[in-house]
Amino acid sequence: MDLFDERPEPAGNAPELSVSEISGAIKKTLEGEFGHVRVRGEVGRVVLARTGHLYFDLKDDRSVLASVSWKGQASRLSYMPEEGMEVIATGKITTYGPQSKYQLNVEDVVPAGAGALMAMLEKRKAALAAEGLFAPERKKPIPYLPEIIGVVTSPTGAVIRDILHRLRDRFPRKVLVWPVAVQGQACAPEVARAIEGFNRLTPGGALPRPDLIIVARGGGSIEDLWGFNEEIVVRAAAASQIPLISAVGHETDTTLIDYASDYRAPTPTAAAERAVPVRAELLAQIEGQGARLTHGAAQTVALRRQRLNDLARALPRQEDLLATPRQRLDHLAERLPAALRAATSGKRLRLSEVSGGLRPGLLRRMIEAERRHLAERAARLRPRDLEMLVVRGQERLDHGLRRLSDLATRRESERTAKLRSLDQLLQTLGYEATLNRGYAVVRGDGRVVTTRDEAAATKALEIQFADGRIGAKSTG
Amino acid sequence: MTDTPVEQLSFEQAIKELEAVVARLERGEVALDESIALYERGAKLKARCEAKLKEAEEKVAKITFGADGAPSGTAPLDAG
Repeated sequence: MDLFDERPEPAGNAPELSVSEISGAIKKTLEGEFGHVRVRGEVGRVVLARTGHLYFDLKDDRSVLASVSWKGQASRLSYMPEEGMEVIATGKITTYGPQSKYQLNVEDVVPAGAGALMAMLEKRKAALAAEGLFAPERKKPIPYLPEIIGVVTSPTGAVIRDILHRLRDRFPRKVLVWPVAVQGQACAPEVARAIEGFNRLTPGGALPRPDLIIVARGGGSIEDLWGFNEEIVVRAAAASQIPLISAVGHETDTTLIDYASDYRAPTPTAAAERAVPVRAELLAQIEGQGARLTHGAAQTVALRRQRLNDLARALPRQEDLLATPRQRLDHLAERLPAALRAATSGKRLRLSEVSGGLRPGLLRRMIEAERRHLAERAARLRPRDLEMLVVRGQERLDHGLRRLSDLATRRESERTAKLRSLDQLLQTLGYEATLNRGYAVVRGDGRVVTTRDEAAATKALEIQFADGRIGAKSTG
Repeated sequence: MTDTPVEQLSFEQAIKELEAVVARLERGEVALDESIALYERGAKLKARCEAKLKEAEEKVAKITFGADGAPSGTAPLDAG
């Protein structure tokens, strides 16, 4: 053995391959071996690339499988994979040479069993409800008598027949059918487009806009009805400006469009019943109202006529009203001339009685007597008597004034003398007089000090003598 | 009683107003002059309702689509 030969062991018969060659070989092997597989797993991250390709992960507790659906495949999937969903993906294993990767090319995705489907439905329902799409205040009233009804359903089959029959029985209307696929991949986009399309029509146009939409489908499995659970359908129903009745499946089937619609009918027939009233009943009702109208109007007049008659009967006759006053007038008028005559003759009698006593001679004598009486009195009036009265009164007044003045002078001198003696008494009793006799007043801190202890406790003392004050200091 | 011309009323509006008119007349509380006006209004409303009911004609068509997928017209529908 050549120790210095550093060349590696020859590779035997194995041919030398390029990277691309081995990569291609692996691809061929994997695609051959796993050309058609069904893989069950939970959907991980989902990415819809701008190119339209859909990338997502399938995983279980230990492994992850990168998965891809090309643009054309993605739009045909039975269910769009959503993160967290348990699915069964169908497709083939392929490789991606540039990154040494293998992946599952997915052709279809279905939920793994009814449980997974229901779980997904609940999740979607909760999300749409949280957006407010099912809110009661969004619901529009169903028109009482729509002129044109738009029906979104399959143009053939029992559903449209049932609806048309029931409409014809109750109240024939104009019906515009927007044909759609009611199951399969095309169902959801077609139904959504139909709802939006009806809303886009203009009232009175060549294609008149309906004033009510019915979205209907017969019974089926949950998978058959799945299109009516798709988000685009729910959103289209919620956004519809035209009131919308949903009637999908049988009474026990509830799809998400039922929550977004303005009225959920249990069956297509029930939808037609909700859509229009019964014409015959309305005709009878109008007849009834018409009869009541006529009767009511006639009654209004009849009641008033009756009341007028009653009142007229109660009203007294004109002659009756006037008879009594007229009689009274007659009676009084008859008595009037006689009464006037009687009154005049009475007054005249009284006048002649009174005027009988009136004589001018008597008056003259009475005046004469009074005049003499006046002359006598006037003669007795003399001014000297009045003057005497005034002089005497003046003398009495002077005398009184003099006495008053004397009295006042005497009283004042008595009071002055009394005041002087009281002042002397005060001088004798007050402490100032005792100062003259050798006593003194001691003050400290503004108060009179009367004991030794007080004096010892006071710093500055002040002594008052008869002729003034002087400061002092306690020395203990 | 509204002043809206009856020709502009929907069936539902017309029948509701007719019922109201009848109820007022039957209560007998309206003045005589007004009751005549009410009756005339009621008669018009009734005629409007009857006209709407007579319009009951069935016409069923299905929508046809142009090449672009947009609705282009209608065709008779035979649903059997």
